[in-house]
Amino acid sequence: MPTKRALSYVAEHALLLALAFVFLVPVVFVVLTSFMGGNQTLTGALWPNPFEWSNYTKAFDTAPLGRWFANSLLYAGTSTLLMLVSSVPVAYVLAKVRFRFSGVAFFVVIVAMLLPPQVTQVPLYAVWAHFRVVGTFWPLILPHLFGSAFSIFLLRQFFLSIPKEYIDAARMDGNGEWGILLRIMVPMAKPGIAAASIFMFFQCWNDYYGPLLYTSENPDNWPIAYGLASFHGSHSTDWGVIMAVTTLATLPVVVVFFFAQRTFVQGITLTGVKG
Amino acid sequence: MPDANPIATVPRARAAAHHTPNTPEAHPKRAGRRRTLRSRLSIGSMVILPLIGLVAFFLYPLCANLYYSFTNYDLVGSPKWIGLRNYDYLFTQDPRVGGAARNTLWFVVILVPVRMASSLGIALLLTRRKRAAGFWRTLFYLPALVPPVASVVGFVFLFNPGTGPINTLLRKFGIDGPLWFNDPSLSKPSLLLLGVWMMGDVMVIFLAALLDVPKDQYEAAELDGASARQKFRFITLPNISPVLLFSAVTGVIAALQYFTEAAVASSVANGKTGIDAGPDRLLGYPNDSLLTYTQWMYVQGFNSFQLGYAAAMAVVLFVVAAAVIAVLLRRAGMFQQKGA
Repeated sequence: MPTKRALSYVAEHALLLALAFVFLVPVVFVVLTSFMGGNQTLTGALWPNPFEWSNYTKAFDTAPLGRWFANSLLYAGTSTLLMLVSSVPVAYVLAKVRFRFSGVAFFVVIVAMLLPPQVTQVPLYAVWAHFRVVGTFWPLILPHLFGSAFSIFLLRQFFLSIPKEYIDAARMDGNGEWGILLRIMVPMAKPGIAAASIFMFFQCWNDYYGPLLYTSENPDNWPIAYGLASFHGSHSTDWGVIMAVTTLATLPVVVVFFFAQRTFVQGITLTGVKG
Repeated sequence: MPDANPIATVPRARAAAHHTPNTPEAHPKRAGRRRTLRSRLSIGSMVILPLIGLVAFFLYPLCANLYYSFTNYDLVGSPKWIGLRNYDYLFTQDPRVGGAARNTLWFVVILVPVRMASSLGIALLLTRRKRAAGFWRTLFYLPALVPPVASVVGFVFLFNPGTGPINTLLRKFGIDGPLWFNDPSLSKPSLLLLGVWMMGDVMVIFLAALLDVPKDQYEAAELDGASARQKFRFITLPNISPVLLFSAVTGVIAALQYFTEAAVASSVANGKTGIDAGPDRLLGYPNDSLLTYTQWMYVQGFNSFQLGYAAAMAVVLFVVAAAVIAVLLRRAGMFQQKGA
């Protein structure tokens, strides 16, 4: 019996290590290639010889990378702030205030969250075109001032877990609804608010479809995700430079993740929904 | 485990409210009557922005989309009513929409189950890890974090037939690697590999659900002499089935709108960008094998500006997605709760 258990322990670890290797291989090759000289990527070499930074300097010389990053930061940062303004209060109402249509309201949030964005795309595009803002960030950012279904849903799940007694006590102390929200709920739901913010930030940072639809006609307003997808055109054989830009586009997301890992994983597991 | 399924918590929260009498909150109607004007105004101010959003960014465009689908609309002139002509063209004449719908169906039928199965497999392996559990979880989760565009560009490079590391490795073993993203019969399976690599988002949810299964159920089964397979079949699966259902529904809906990975793979494997070549010719490369339904809708609506036709395509997408969502909400008891 003990030998059998030991065997299965070894087998499981071997399988896990093999899988880990397979999952890491793409990252390793992408990063290694980004350090290869221009001619080396044409030879099918697997290891850079010598290691060179030239791809990174070339990337900044040939593409407005700074601008793309700034645009992504503007798009993701502003959207996140607007989302918080609109979605935190309504999530509190959905979680803690009883009213006649609360069941229907939550049903609508779920449906709005799950339906593909394409089902409302045509009329929205027509409206933005009517106001002549296609080519700017307005169509991508402004809707978040009026709530994001996924964020409302996620924040509501967090607010639900806060005991009602705190609210009753705050009400006894003479707090109105805004007082309860800002003095009691928000401080207690900090992890939830952080998770919702990170999800929203990453969603916008990674967004390709939105910028393709609304800002692709104006290269000044390309965020990094769109810029990266368009970058290879003029460098179709220079894989070293392309991999350098790919690495750079991924780096900020990974850094944020390592600082906020705990919040992040909690957020995903609580909702059971992917960001 | 119902906590892992967000929708299942609704009836529970309701039930709890009904079982604790003597507080105003337990009786919605009475609480409503007691509410002062001031508190009504505060609540109103909390919901006003999302209410405007609901009308302006959801209800209005849903209805307008239905109207546009019966019109000929190019954004310049006003929409002209043409009855069912868009739907007639969609179902009987459009030469590329059938193939696009079949490609999307491929992702629904193959990508979703394969991603779920591999996520569950790795999550099961990770539940046994006591030491360094966080390290392993992070390692398998990380690929899901990489921006999709970056991971597609990376994968097309890894699998490029000439100088890509994968075919270089295969050559060292004497194997002539295939064309991957440049072969119409392998382009979708190549994206499947990418989808499995990015399965971390689903895996983390499954892992949490698995760790939530009560330990005493396993102990009781062991006393009864249950085998590992029996324990999985009769304890693990029933416990995590709400999470599996939720993840299947969100997976299918994501697959119905499969766009970014396919569009970027087509253009990078082709070696040209959307600016060098028109997107309608570029999308779907190679040979329309990666042309999905939403990409075709994008081309029709926002490159050819056949907005009426794109609206009709959106209506069909809406019907399919709504049916999938109805399955989820029905299982989660949302409809019964609404009637009560």
